[in-house]
Amino acid sequence: MIELISQQPIFAALIAMVGLSILFGGLLGYAAEKFKVEGDPIVEQIDELLPQTQCGQCGFPGCRPYAQSIADGDAINKCPPGGQATINALANLLGVPAPELDQEHGQESEVKTVAYIREDECIGCTKCIQACPVDAILGAAKLMHTVIADECTGCDLCVEPCPVDCIDMLPVEETIADWKWSTPAKPGQMIATDRRGELGSNTVQEDAA
Amino acid sequence: MAAPTTVWLCSMQEFAVILVSSILINNYVLVQFLGLCPFMGVSNKLESAIGMAAATTFVLTLTAMASYMVNALVLEPLGLIYLRTIAFILVIAAVVQFTKMFIEKTSPLLYRVLGVFLPLITTNCAVLGVALQNTSKDLNFTQSSLYGFGAGAGFSLVLILFSAMRERLAAADVPESFKGAAIAMITAGLMSLAFMGFNGLV
Repeated sequence: MIELISQQPIFAALIAMVGLSILFGGLLGYAAEKFKVEGDPIVEQIDELLPQTQCGQCGFPGCRPYAQSIADGDAINKCPPGGQATINALANLLGVPAPELDQEHGQESEVKTVAYIREDECIGCTKCIQACPVDAILGAAKLMHTVIADECTGCDLCVEPCPVDCIDMLPVEETIADWKWSTPAKPGQMIATDRRGELGSNTVQEDAA
Repeated sequence: MAAPTTVWLCSMQEFAVILVSSILINNYVLVQFLGLCPFMGVSNKLESAIGMAAATTFVLTLTAMASYMVNALVLEPLGLIYLRTIAFILVIAAVVQFTKMFIEKTSPLLYRVLGVFLPLITTNCAVLGVALQNTSKDLNFTQSSLYGFGAGAGFSLVLILFSAMRERLAAADVPESFKGAAIAMITAGLMSLAFMGFNGLV
């Protein structure tokens, strides 16, 4: 065998290459087994960025299915409750340019809102309870309903089904507990805008909102 | 082929000389112009550049070790030195595939950011260049690994420097006709010019 190999360089070459291939193939097979990825961790990260309103305005039954769809290559601009902030965060996570919000799926509300039921007008039809994706409305048939303000995500899906139009979307008052600084301009933007003197007006607007 | 005096050891001075020479003087990207594809392709964002740099350094070091062993233990005893290129490509492909699995497991985000450039490390000629140059320089195992690591560190250095510059360039007031790839090429050329200055350092 050894003689055959040393006398016939072609056999030596063949055996060496086949041997190396089998060796590396075996190593890769072992690595594939050892580093097996279960599920798609990227979906978890996308899901964390979505606002969890479960409103379905993106066309998917909830935030998790939309996260799955984004991981599979869907557009990231279908989430009106999250607005531009969510789109930017997703674009940053996935390393893609941030598009504008797709108007087809609804508009971003200027301020965060919460549903409020005018309780004397409520007839107790339970339609809003069925519409609420996060189960934030409390009540029973023919009895008055009310909204748990802390649970409400402000998706306004309950406004449409109400037969007596007794649900209002009220803006959430800013309290000391949830007030935060407005995001400062990124260093990259600062260079260009500084030169044209746009920086000051930009931040003032955000403060006012 | 003269047998190296020791297979495993190399002196401290040699250690420093190999690192300085592979990182600065013979920088694979800016002096030898190998591996320009990821240098231009993944340098848009600092974050992905750092990921790419780490992945390529990992691949380069592993490839340098593996290709030394394949060369010394298989190809030379059997007199198959003419198969070096093919055998090394096999080694590189396997190492890159291994790196891909490793990154997919440990950092799915980096895996996604690097995208197609990760499997493209296979065709990064700096990797094959290091493997082939190591054998032609008659180095021992430690020296080969050091050369591989040094090449990776040099690649990382220029890739990260370059991506930091490109992030600044994106915001800078570049003349219309030089926007995008053109100014990046000019920047790369100037960097290369600067690296030529390291010639004769050792």
